[in-house]
Amino acid sequence: MKILTGNNLRNGRVVWWDGQGWSVHVEDAADVGDQADAILAREDAACRVNGGYAIEAEPDPSGHGVRPSHIKDRVRAYGPTVRPDLTLRPADPDAGTWVI
Amino acid sequence: MYKYDQYDHAMVRARVEEFRDQTRRRIEGKLNDDQFKPLRLKNGLYLQLHAYMLRVAIPYGTLNSSQMRTLAHIARKYDRGYGHFTTRQNIQYNWIKLEEAPDILAELAEVEMHAIQTSGESIRNISADQYAGAAADEIVDPRPWAEMIRQMTTFMPEFSYLPRKFKIAVIATAADRAALRWHDFAVRIVKSPNENGAGEIGFEVYAGGGMGRTPFIAYKIRDFLPTSQILSYLQAVLRVWNRNARRDNIHKQRMKILVHELGEEEFRRQVEEEFQHFLTLGDDFPQAEYDRIAAYFAPPPFETGLNEDIDRSDPDFALWLDRQVAAHKAPGYAIVNISLKPTGQIPGDISADQMDLVADLAERYSFDELRATHAQNLVLPHVKKQDLCQVWTALNEAGLGEANLDLVTDIIACPGLDYCSLANARSIPLAQKLSERFADPARQEDVGELKIKISGCINACGHHHAGNIGILGVDRKGSESYQLLLGGSGDEDTTQAKIAGPGFDESGIVDAVERAVDRYVQIREPGERFIDTYRRVGMDGFKEAIYG
Repeated sequence: MKILTGNNLRNGRVVWWDGQGWSVHVEDAADVGDQADAILAREDAACRVNGGYAIEAEPDPSGHGVRPSHIKDRVRAYGPTVRPDLTLRPADPDAGTWVI
Repeated sequence: MYKYDQYDHAMVRARVEEFRDQTRRRIEGKLNDDQFKPLRLKNGLYLQLHAYMLRVAIPYGTLNSSQMRTLAHIARKYDRGYGHFTTRQNIQYNWIKLEEAPDILAELAEVEMHAIQTSGESIRNISADQYAGAAADEIVDPRPWAEMIRQMTTFMPEFSYLPRKFKIAVIATAADRAALRWHDFAVRIVKSPNENGAGEIGFEVYAGGGMGRTPFIAYKIRDFLPTSQILSYLQAVLRVWNRNARRDNIHKQRMKILVHELGEEEFRRQVEEEFQHFLTLGDDFPQAEYDRIAAYFAPPPFETGLNEDIDRSDPDFALWLDRQVAAHKAPGYAIVNISLKPTGQIPGDISADQMDLVADLAERYSFDELRATHAQNLVLPHVKKQDLCQVWTALNEAGLGEANLDLVTDIIACPGLDYCSLANARSIPLAQKLSERFADPARQEDVGELKIKISGCINACGHHHAGNIGILGVDRKGSESYQLLLGGSGDEDTTQAKIAGPGFDESGIVDAVERAVDRYVQIREPGERFIDTYRRVGMDGFKEAIYG
């Protein structure tokens, strides 16, 4: 599947296209099929995201949400593996293993 | 240290307001990303993996306490409570909001700081010996020349759109603490070799060095250049490069490629020809201007008749003294190195509270001066020997009392894939694991000087080419893989590290480094450092131990 990511223009936060708008949670990411370019052009023009791009992802093995195929995008989705306190899942001790 | 005059203040404040307007237009959609990106990069603002990243310039690594407190304040108010000292003596913040970036730059301007030329195709922050003005082995303080070069090259139209970035270093000692020959252009202050010029000082000039995907060690292109001609000579070098650079290929645009392709002799010939032209223009600084700038770097009012004795009865303090304290040129004073590499922590990271503590120590014990080092540590340059124990106690209580300067755990690591959008692999976790693996102080001291440097991609921000042991992270079909290199040095005995053999995964590379270190301990001769043993036995002496 293909999902979209970028950074919020104003605050730089990593965001994922959920079909209606942009979410900070990768598990909300929606499969955009062949609509990636059209959505990114529209969202870029609306100044909502910066540096948006499409990536490959698979259904998450947990059965909930998606898992980006490349480690770089998993790091973006989670946060720095060396600072779990600054990630989106600071209380989850196993979250880092999801990245690797 | 240098103080802004009315023109400096006016230029930096105008630049802040210009960027505020550019940012507003970007947010309002009047500038698109292609238009805005080069503008934000000219102000040190990158877009990284998790957010915008702001890199703040620390010219030649020199800071005062109010600047450090402002850096702490920025970490608290605009970031997430910490900053990261880089391998270019700068500091960067990882969680910046675009809409707040102009306010940050405005706060920096109030303490005579900025983020200009910390990115983009420009002359980057000029680096220098972190012991400048304090080193016992120094000919003169090199920072007045670094400051003059900074002033000449900042905003100069001819050098505002260079083919690529350009890095300069300035030192004044035989010992190289600034990785001189890994720079595009570097000068070492030396005494005249001419007997008739007794007492005259000048520059030994190096050009064409750099790391990245195509590493080159700089050639010495001049044995002696009168100090008064430095601006003409530097402009000649820049013009030769600017005119002939391979602008058609991003991987061949750095000056090192031109120097390599032209050859040392032809590059030197062209520079000398251009230099003769520049000398006729009268662009060099008059003595009065040098004197004006140098006055800012006059030595602080060192006390005389100080007690040289230090109570070494506390063994932990004695260990720290022997490892972290260097000789000072003034009797009764010492240079204190502050390690930003506590066991298992992130190299170069420092919390806002720690920044405030270091600022307090600088103000109270070091004539208000601080230095950042390219090895991602800090320095208090002028501490009375009788105050060392109080300084150590305060550092220790703040988690900054590690005694590991130049040892196996004093690791340089780039931010890697945990933060950087260019990285292929994570660097920091390796540094943390190696730091824990070699945490035993007795083992570190037994191993002795050993510089490990880790980069998460071929851009080499972690200086892996210059590591006694270097590690390069690569992307292997979507997974992290690490190459091991041996034999590099960024010191006065500069050498380029060589790849040992096939790569490793994350745990494999840590084991491989340990096997290389154990091999060194096994085969070293008395007095040999790791790099000495490597040079004696070569890669073959280590390969079997590493790969079995």
